[in-house]
Amino acid sequence: MSASSPTVAASDALPAVRPDRLPLLLIPVLALVALPLVKSFSTWVTLTFAGLAMGMIIFIIASGLTLVFGLMDVLNFGHGVFITLGAFLATTVLATMTNWTGKESLFWNLAAVLPAMLIAMAVTGAVGLAFERVIIRPVYGQPLKQIMITMGGAIVGEELIKVVWGPQAIPLPLPAAFRGSLLFGEAAVERYRIIAVVIGLVVFVVMFWVLARTKIGLLIRAGVQDGEMVESLGYRIRRLFIGVFVTGAALAGLGGVLWGLYQQSVIPQMGGLVNVLLFIVIIIGGMGSVGGCFIGALLVGLISNYAGFLAPKVALFSNILLMVIVLLWRPEGLYPVGKR
Amino acid sequence: MLRRLLSGDLPRSRVLALVLVVIGLGLLLTPFVFPGAKALNVAAKICTFVVLVASFDLLLGYTGIISFAHTMFFGIGAYGVAIAITRLGPTWPAVAVGVGAALATSLALSLVIGLFSLRVKALYYAMITLAVATAFQTLASQLSDFTGGEDGLSFKVPAMLSPGFSLSSSPFLGVSLDGRLISYYLLLAVSAVLFLLMLRIVNSPFGRVLQAIRENAFRAEALGYRTVLYRTASNVISAGFATLAGALLALWLRYNGPDTSLSFEIMINILLMVVIGGMGTLYGAVLGATLFIVTENYLQDLMKLASHGLAGVPLLRDLVNPDRWLLWLGLLFILSVYRFPFGIVGKLRLKARKAT
Repeated sequence: MSASSPTVAASDALPAVRPDRLPLLLIPVLALVALPLVKSFSTWVTLTFAGLAMGMIIFIIASGLTLVFGLMDVLNFGHGVFITLGAFLATTVLATMTNWTGKESLFWNLAAVLPAMLIAMAVTGAVGLAFERVIIRPVYGQPLKQIMITMGGAIVGEELIKVVWGPQAIPLPLPAAFRGSLLFGEAAVERYRIIAVVIGLVVFVVMFWVLARTKIGLLIRAGVQDGEMVESLGYRIRRLFIGVFVTGAALAGLGGVLWGLYQQSVIPQMGGLVNVLLFIVIIIGGMGSVGGCFIGALLVGLISNYAGFLAPKVALFSNILLMVIVLLWRPEGLYPVGKR
Repeated sequence: MLRRLLSGDLPRSRVLALVLVVIGLGLLLTPFVFPGAKALNVAAKICTFVVLVASFDLLLGYTGIISFAHTMFFGIGAYGVAIAITRLGPTWPAVAVGVGAALATSLALSLVIGLFSLRVKALYYAMITLAVATAFQTLASQLSDFTGGEDGLSFKVPAMLSPGFSLSSSPFLGVSLDGRLISYYLLLAVSAVLFLLMLRIVNSPFGRVLQAIRENAFRAEALGYRTVLYRTASNVISAGFATLAGALLALWLRYNGPDTSLSFEIMINILLMVVIGGMGTLYGAVLGATLFIVTENYLQDLMKLASHGLAGVPLLRDLVNPDRWLLWLGLLFILSVYRFPFGIVGKLRLKARKAT
C-alpha cells in the first residue's frame, strides 16, 4: 500500500510543462554565425557588445509595450513619445549638473545620471497615466480607432516636445567616467555599453522576478492569458492594466535616457524612429510575451550591429528579414501567448 | 447627368454641395483669380492629394483597413516617372513607360502584401505595413545611382508641359498660356477623372461589399463573400490610384525625392486629411485635402501674426509659433476621431438629415 501512494500522488500533480528553451539558443547561434563573417575576433567582440547594449535598451523600451498589448489588446503607436520625453528630460536635468557629470569619477557621474533617470521615469509615468486616461480609455476594443488615436497622440506629443524644447537636436554628452573604452586583449568595448548592459540586466531580472514570484506578477500573467477569467475571480483588471501602462511608460522614459546617452544627442523625432524597431521586436517575441521580447530585442540589437558592419546598406532590411525568418519558423512569434 | 457622373452618390447636404462647388470652382479658376506661383502650386498639390487621400479612404474608410504603406505606392508612382524621364529623356513615351512600370510594381507589391498579411488582425497589418514602408524608404535613399538618394531627381518634362512652351504669344485674360498652365489643367482633369472613377468604384456592388466587410467582416464572410479576396482587391485598387497620384505630382513638380513623396510625414498627413474630412465618404477626401493643404500653406501666416502679438507671453507664444501648425491639426484629428467619426462630411450630412 505504502509503495503505491507516491505514484498516485505523482499522477494527481499537474503535468509539468517542459520549458521551451529553444529560442534562447538563437542568440549564441546568431553570434557564432557572425564570427566567421566578421573575421576579426576583436571587432566581433566590440560588435557583440554594441549589439547587446542596443538590445538591452530596446528591451527596456519594448517590454511595457508588449505587456500592455498582452493585457488589453492595446497597441500604443504613441509609445515613442515616452522615449523622446525621457531623453529630453535627461538633457534638462543633466544640464543643471555639469559639474558632477564633468568629474572623472564614476560615483559623482552616477549621482548625476541616476536622478536624471528617476525624474525621467517619474514624469513619463505621470504622462503615461494621463495618456491612458485621455487617449486610450475612450477607444477600448476598437482597434482601428485605437491605431489612429494613438498615432494622433504621438503627433501632438512630439509637437508639444518641440514647443518646450525646440525643434532642433540637443546634445546629450556622456558623463566623463562613462566615456572611453575598456580593452580586453585587442577588443575595445565602450564603457557606456557595459553600463547599458548592466542596467538592462537589472531591469530584466527585476521584471522577471515581479512577474514570476509576486502576486501582482501572477495576476498580470493570468490577465495576459485570459483577462475575463481574472476579472471573474474578482480582480480589477483595469487597475492592473493602468499600473502596467504607467510602468511601461516609465520604462520607455528610462530607455529614452539610455538611448539618448547612447546616441549622445536627442531629436524630437527619435521616438517615432524607434517605433518600427519596437514593433519588429514584439512581433518576433510573440505579442504579449516578456521573455520573447527580451530575446527578440537582443536578436535585433545584434543583427543590426553585425549587418551595420558587414553591409551597411541592408541594415534595416536585416531586421525585417529576421522577422520573416522567425515568423516562418514560429508564425506567432517565439513565445506565442496562448489565447484568442 | 450629374447624378450619373457622381455615380448616384450626391453630396446629400446643401452646405456640403456648396463647399464642393466652391472648391471645384476655386481649383478651376486658380490661374485666373489668384495670381502668382504659390497659389498655383497649392492648387496643384490639392488636386494630387485629393486623389491620394481618396485612394487611402477607399482602403481605410470603405474597407476598414489601416495601412501605413500608402505613401510607398505614392512614391513608386513619382519615382517611376522621375526615373523613366531621367533615363529615356523628356518625351511622352517615357512618361508612359514610367507610369506603366510604376503601376505594375505597385499592383504586384500590394497584391503580395495583401495576400500575405490581410488575413491577420488590423493591428498586425498596421505594424507590418509600417515596417515595409520604412524599409522601402531606406531602400530608395540608399540606391542613389538609381533614385538620386536623398537629393532626389530633378528632370525635364515633355516640351508641351515645360514653362518655356507657349500656346499663343498674347495672354488670355491677363494670363500667359504657357506650359505651366497646360500642366495645371491636365493635372486637374486627370485628378477629376480619377476621383470620379473612385466614386464609381465605391458605389458599385463591389464597393458595397467592402463596406459590409468594414462593418462586420464575419457577417460578410458568412454571407458568402471571400473577405480576404475583397480586402486584397481593395488594397490593390487603392495602391494603383495612389501610384497615379504620385506620377501626377512628379510631373507637376519636375522633381522627386524621398521627402516629397515617400516620407512618413506625408503618411501622417494623409491620415489626418482622411479623418478630418470624413472617413468613408470620398467627398471627405476633397474637404480634408483642401483644408489641410490650405492650412499648411496659409495658416502659418496667420499664426505668425498671432505669434508676434503674443511675443511677450512665453509658452503661449511658442504654442502659436507658425512651425507648430501640425500641433493644432493633430488636436483636431484626435477630436475628430472621438466626436465625429465621419468627419466634417459626416457631420454636415447628419445635420441635413435632421433638418428634413
